[in-house]
Amino acid sequence: MDAAIIGIGMTTIEKNKIACNYADLAWEAVNKALADASITIDDIDNVITTSSDFWDGRTISCMAVGDACAVRHKNCSAVEGDGTFGAAYGLSRTLSGDYKTTLVTAHSKGSESISSIITNAAFDPIYERSLGLDMISASAIQAKQYMHVTGTTPEQLALVSCKNHKNGKDNPYAQLPMDITVNDVLNSEMIAEPLHKLDCSPVSDGCCAIIIANAEFVKKVKAKPVWIKGVAFCSDAYFMGDRDLTKTIALENAAKKAYMMAGITNPENEIDIAEIYDAFTYQELMWIEGLGLAEYGNAGKLLEKGIFNKNGKLPVNPSGGLLSGHPVIAAGLYRIAEIVLQIRGEAGARQVNAKRGIAHGVNGICGQSHCVWVLDKEK
Amino acid sequence: MAKRRVAIVGTGQTNHKSHRPDVNGQELIHEAVVRSLQDAELSINDIDAIIIGNMDHFEGINYVDCWSIDGSGGYHKPIMKLTTGGTTGSTLAIGGYHLVASGMFDKVLVIGWEKNSESDTTGAITTAFDPIWDRLVFAGAISGLAVEAQSYMAKYGATDRDGARVSVRDRKHACNNPYAQLRKEVTLEEVLASPMLADPIHLLDVCPRTDGACAVVMASEDCAETITSTPDWIWATANRHTYSYLGDVNWGELDSIADASKELFKKSGISEPRKQIDVIEMYQPYSLAGIIWIEDMGIIPRGKGAEYIWSGATDMGGELPINPSGGVIACNPIGATGLIRCAEAAMQVMGKAEGRQVPDVNFAVSTGFGGCMWTDMILHGKKKPNL
Repeated sequence: MDAAIIGIGMTTIEKNKIACNYADLAWEAVNKALADASITIDDIDNVITTSSDFWDGRTISCMAVGDACAVRHKNCSAVEGDGTFGAAYGLSRTLSGDYKTTLVTAHSKGSESISSIITNAAFDPIYERSLGLDMISASAIQAKQYMHVTGTTPEQLALVSCKNHKNGKDNPYAQLPMDITVNDVLNSEMIAEPLHKLDCSPVSDGCCAIIIANAEFVKKVKAKPVWIKGVAFCSDAYFMGDRDLTKTIALENAAKKAYMMAGITNPENEIDIAEIYDAFTYQELMWIEGLGLAEYGNAGKLLEKGIFNKNGKLPVNPSGGLLSGHPVIAAGLYRIAEIVLQIRGEAGARQVNAKRGIAHGVNGICGQSHCVWVLDKEK
Repeated sequence: MAKRRVAIVGTGQTNHKSHRPDVNGQELIHEAVVRSLQDAELSINDIDAIIIGNMDHFEGINYVDCWSIDGSGGYHKPIMKLTTGGTTGSTLAIGGYHLVASGMFDKVLVIGWEKNSESDTTGAITTAFDPIWDRLVFAGAISGLAVEAQSYMAKYGATDRDGARVSVRDRKHACNNPYAQLRKEVTLEEVLASPMLADPIHLLDVCPRTDGACAVVMASEDCAETITSTPDWIWATANRHTYSYLGDVNWGELDSIADASKELFKKSGISEPRKQIDVIEMYQPYSLAGIIWIEDMGIIPRGKGAEYIWSGATDMGGELPINPSGGVIACNPIGATGLIRCAEAAMQVMGKAEGRQVPDVNFAVSTGFGGCMWTDMILHGKKKPNL
């Protein structure tokens, strides 16, 4: 593909950025991304903002950040869902030839939201909603099934939390850098069996921005480009009862297509780093398998061997992942930004040896819809 | 300009009504999807990706892209959601165009829908505006429109009678459209005698609330020409979501449509829009906008819009028919409304508009309006655009 990411900007991820409204968050992330790319807002010819009316408690939530993202005299649009989907649309606008540079932002303030009510609204209003399902209880059902079928243990889940919170200590943007043990996780409050509090990502505020440019524009700027080699997304069925929740068919489809675009045939060996949507500990393991980075049911064992540690063969979430900070909607775009920093060799204390990496985002309940990005140092 | 050409090859819409208690949201979407696929003589298996949108707070359903699967046909397909308020439908059309133009997908299904009967429309729209600066002043959609109308009237001396003439036009046109919700002719006097909602906007000046869905199939050039002999080629898109605060708006002129029109016409080499464009499907949520916005588009000099409307030039059979479908005043399933404009413009170009067909359409314009006085625009053409 003839497009690269030439700039990224992130706010710190925090529990409650009480001093900032949505526009303030976007303003900070956008200006950081422009500075990172060493360009000005005049070099941007179209803008995609990513937000959610539900999470923002505001109809037409994109309106809140229009000014801050400088859409006034530009073409623009707005995606609702994870930032990886917003970026996928942004990429299409650059690839279409209509635009040379696309600014993509994603924001949310979990501190102003009530997650349970908001995610309950994702369920069918007649058949499911009154059961009280929300993101956590539904994920608990999926976790239980996945553990039952694959034999993945609570200790293996806990180990994901230990790894990611520890990784968060190297990430100045992370909300929850912590040294914790498997026992700490297993002894933390049971939120919805089998998910303990430390198996769940926190409620967070944050905004991320990236700048996508076509090959021609990349030549003109000083910024280090990170090339986009493959992007694909795919959705599974809606009703949880219509899905085999222990399987990740939509993710496998998306990954397969993204790898095909990138010319990857053996992802386990050809990918140096992965930033994955670990909203819950078990999800990191499931998504690792769905992404073809481990055999089905084997991710927990590989984790125990240290394969996914920062110094392992295939580091997963060296940023600390969503477990260390989860601004919904923005979370996937943060994954992309992290991979960009890693490939550039600018990830500071969390730097791993990486030429090619994948970033991953999720929409809906229990990973119904996935978006996979393959990014590379080489064009 | 785009690297490859994109065309609309099929459209479908529901028969729009104020209430569709017979279907749920997925079923409503399904109706439009099936009709669009039938129109293009395709099956859902031919579709590479889906793009869908509505306004969340009308139905109260989160993650609509995920929820819609059983109606949209998105099972194991790429699907994403776009939403920008009133402009959602046109935003979706522009989105479908880019997904195809990028080369990422060859055939994209674009779906806009709304089940307004399940909503508190004004309650939901009120939360669009900044909670501190705008929300207490501009409640709902109609207040901003009334401010626009009053500002224009103060500047150019137009009256609510001028507005009523636009309403009479659109409501007459709607009688030719079997999909429109309100198909009843009205007189000037009836419009002016209808209840005043927000001065100068009477009940019969303004759009209704509607349950409805629209689906449009877009395809790349090589696919489009095998699907239909009369594709509707997308020549250009342009949009402006100029403002974030209603208090910032340049009231009395619609800056967003002025800027977007300039760009749209420049991109596609339209130098004399009044002569070169054969029909406009305008997202015109109330009557006086039909006067103000054709001036902002550069079709008519400032202050001359009313005169042009009274001349009958924008009626069926006139120089530049506007809203042969009856437009938004006759039918407004919000998340679908902008896409219906796009579909209706495509039908005009494809020669499929039946009782509301304008003869010999070479160029059509469709628009979307919403948000904070925002505009999206698409230029449709019978001939292939230059690359």
